[in-house]
Amino acid sequence: MTTNNIFTDPEKSRLLSIYFTAGYPTLGSTIDIAESLEKAGADFLEIGFPYSDPVADGPVIQHSSEEALKNGMTLEILFTQLRELRQRVSIPIFLMGYFNPVLQFGVEKFCIACKEVGVNGVIIPDLPMYEYEELYRDVFESNGISNIFLITPQTSEERIRKIDQLSTSFIYVLSSNATTGKQLEVNNSASDYFTRLASMKLKNPLVIGFGISNADTFRKATDHAKGAIVGTAFVRLLAEENYAEKIPAFIKALK
Amino acid sequence: MSKYHVNEKGYYGPFGGAYVPEMLYPNVEELQQKYLAIMEEDSFKAEFNELLRDYVGRPSPLYYAKRLSEKYKTNVFLKREDLNHTGAHKINNTIGQILLAERLGKKRIIAETGAGQHGVATATVCALKGLECVVYMGEIDIQRQAPNVARMKMMGATVVAAQSGSKTLKDATNEALRDWINNPVDTHYIIGSVVGPHPYPDLVARFQSIISEETRKQLNEKTGKELPDYVLACVGGGSNAAGMFYHFLDEPSVQLIAVEAAGHGVDSGESAATTALGHEGVLHGSRSILMQTPDGQVIEPYSISAGLDYPGIGPQHAWLYKSGRGTYVSITDNEAMEAGLQLTRLEGIIPAIESSHALAQLEKMAFQPEDNVVVCLSGRGDKDLDNYMKYFGF
Repeated sequence: MTTNNIFTDPEKSRLLSIYFTAGYPTLGSTIDIAESLEKAGADFLEIGFPYSDPVADGPVIQHSSEEALKNGMTLEILFTQLRELRQRVSIPIFLMGYFNPVLQFGVEKFCIACKEVGVNGVIIPDLPMYEYEELYRDVFESNGISNIFLITPQTSEERIRKIDQLSTSFIYVLSSNATTGKQLEVNNSASDYFTRLASMKLKNPLVIGFGISNADTFRKATDHAKGAIVGTAFVRLLAEENYAEKIPAFIKALK
Repeated sequence: MSKYHVNEKGYYGPFGGAYVPEMLYPNVEELQQKYLAIMEEDSFKAEFNELLRDYVGRPSPLYYAKRLSEKYKTNVFLKREDLNHTGAHKINNTIGQILLAERLGKKRIIAETGAGQHGVATATVCALKGLECVVYMGEIDIQRQAPNVARMKMMGATVVAAQSGSKTLKDATNEALRDWINNPVDTHYIIGSVVGPHPYPDLVARFQSIISEETRKQLNEKTGKELPDYVLACVGGGSNAAGMFYHFLDEPSVQLIAVEAAGHGVDSGESAATTALGHEGVLHGSRSILMQTPDGQVIEPYSISAGLDYPGIGPQHAWLYKSGRGTYVSITDNEAMEAGLQLTRLEGIIPAIESSHALAQLEKMAFQPEDNVVVCLSGRGDKDLDNYMKYFGF
């Protein structure tokens, strides 16, 4: 069992998180990929559970989701894999996906399963703050599952403060208002946005995602935040032959 | 507002809400905060009503269908949305939303379309207002609906093929949502049905509510009674039905009959009968009833009618169904096609196959001779001639 304390440890900086879709490229690849990522030096993981209609995702992650579904991935199977995965991987794990599969699985059952297999938190982009607070906060909190909220350059300060109050691990900062897979440009407005966030002195650390694909964008993002998430670029690697052998070099090149 | 209308949180009973990623929150919130105030402005109402009258051709007639009435031994009235400009009820909503978009200062319009009717209605109002228009349409639908693609292009719209997922309406909607995420400031998304995050189901229903508003007056003029005994309308996402039901929701004597598409039969595996086959779920930003696998993956529906093959229904319909206020039934491809031909032969009106589903339901009901029955003839059948020809071998 792991803890969230990498997010609060002042010694830790430039945390690298990798996103990949469970069940892609093959149904059974989830565990080996997670293990190689930890060995290669990833600090925490986001494991996507696939959905037929992923509106926040660009073509690369959409494709991985579609393939994972064809491979037969479901939440039931994923939790079985996670049980084994937790014997081999100790860095924090967050599940990321859309709300409908969770709703069908049962929100409470989902939280209990997360707790049992040692998932630290979940990122469900289409579960908004109002619905979370009204309907599901209690069941998340009573099982110790962090619900990670997203903020964008368009999110108001008032709303960011509210999200900060509700968050327990980190806040997921979108580099721009975009679907996944767009290149991050740390131009003046993005830089102003990151600076503005830093000056708000939020209680939760910030992790920047969307558009981080190489050492340059990773470094720029983590100049402003506790960590950053690489998704699309890694999922693209998984489409290559012998991807497993390439994972260490991929992570080394980022850090 | 009654319990059948949206509450201040955007819900109809347990259904509705705004299940959108944070990237869409500012857009949706802006609409939530402004739509009612804008729709209440005198200048908005004046322009909306003028366009409905002079451009769309409203009021649409309420036609007493004499021979159809004889056949069913009752009084059948057809609300003639098929006579609207662009051939269906869809234009009521796009006129309203383009005026809303203008007042929100938006410069660019996006829309999703299945068969192309809503795409055409959106391209039409964009041409009318000189606004940029991008319509997302499933790659498969583009191939199936070439004339509507041509219409949109002729009006200056860009038609973008949705190549994700099943490449049909649901995926076109996903692509439109993705476009909106990537263009949050200058773009308004004109959703074509009473689906999507709050406030869309309510705002689209309000724009379509002209259908029942006119029906009450027209029925009173013809029969001395404002309230029919039955109103029938087809339901895909459910916008014509929402408009047809709107001003009767709080009139318990009026039976509301919503007709879904059973495709080859509810149990055939090729159907779009959402209430019969679906479960509570979240798609395209709202909580409603949804055709899905036990694992929560959305199932691609089937109907001969491209306008009815949507895997969900609007949240208000889900609530009318669950609360028992509405009766939700389904009609197969074959039943609908026969009803379409029957209307053509009895009344000289070729209905859209969508509307034929509502007409087919007449066959399954028992009426009293004095009953007044209103069927929403949501669209004309010109777009469906190919299908009718193939089906009947003309």
